[in-house]
Formats: sequence, C-alpha cells, structure tokens
Amino acid sequence: MTKSDLIEAVAQKSNLTKDKAASVVNQIFEQMVDAMKKGDRIEIRNFGNFTVRKYPAYTGRNPKTGDAVAVGPKKMPFFKVGLELKNRVDGKK
Amino acid sequence: MTKADIIEKVYDKLGGYSKREAADLVEIVFETLKETLSRQEKVKISGFGNFVVREKKARMGRNPQTKQPIEITARRVLTFKPSQVLKHTLNG
Repeated sequence: MTKSDLIEAVAQKSNLTKDKAASVVNQIFEQMVDAMKKGDRIEIRNFGNFTVRKYPAYTGRNPKTGDAVAVGPKKMPFFKVGLELKNRVDGKK
Repeated sequence: MTKADIIEKVYDKLGGYSKREAADLVEIVFETLKETLSRQEKVKISGFGNFVVREKKARMGRNPQTKQPIEITARRVLTFKPSQVLKHTLNG
C-alpha cells in the first residue's frame, strides 16, 4: 500500500473526495514529521510510538577500501510498535 | 504528541470539519494502516518511511533471570524504515 492507496481507502471509508482525503492524510504525516523535527515523541495508542534517537559521532570505515571515515553525530527516527498492532501483525487475536 | 494533538491540528489547519469528524478521520487513517499491516501488506509513505512486516524464524534464547535456555518461537514483527527525506529533515 502506498500513500495514494491509503488516500483512496480513506476517501472510500469517509465518503470524502480524494482531494480532501489527501489533505487529511498529508496533514497527519506532516504533523508527525514536524513533531519529530522538534525532537518530540509521538504516541499513537494501539499503533505505536515514534521517538528520535540521538547517536554520537563515531569513526566508521568504508567497507570497500577499509579507510577510516569520520561519521558525525546524527538523529534517527525510531518506531516502537504498540501492543495491539504487534499482536495483530503476528496473527494473535 | 498524541493522537489528540494530531486531531486538534487536523481540525485547526484544514477547517470544514467538526472536532468529531476530525477525530473520526484520524481514526480511519490509523485503522486503515493497522488493517493493511495485519494482512502482512507493506505500507510505503513517501517522505515518511516504510512499514514492513518481517517473518522471524524460531531461535534459541535464554531467560536472563534464570539463565534457562528457551526457544523464541517463530513470529511476525513490524519494522519501520524511515525514508531518506525524513532522515535528512531530522539532521538538516
């Protein structure tokens, strides 16, 4: 399922036009991206939590040449699946 | 940020919906995602990331408290792979 498939499914279930469903779906993901940009944690009950993890700088290696490469500190989004969705995906319940 | 905050923003920013309608719409979006993933179908949201269901084989583990070896059963797990765009946004 892509974002456009999701928009189509939402349009059908809500009786909205595709344009309106698209603005709702886009708004939701934009809000989540904005929250993560601020370093906020996102909690969607029964779905999961998104957090931003900070990683310190480290010296990595180019796997091809073996050369040392300095990797700067970075932030990475992390998703932890919620209990309900975890069970549904695993076919329990 | 919680689901209530997202609903509030949808209500504020889009206009034309009551709070109740905004809540229903946000619910429909997450419920659709859950239904799709429950069918083991992957979900790709451009600019955000991909949600993929992966099959894990059974393996041996041990209870860290009792040190008893136990089999970790085969299972399906959900993983999220953030998009390049999202990673760049966070590190911009």
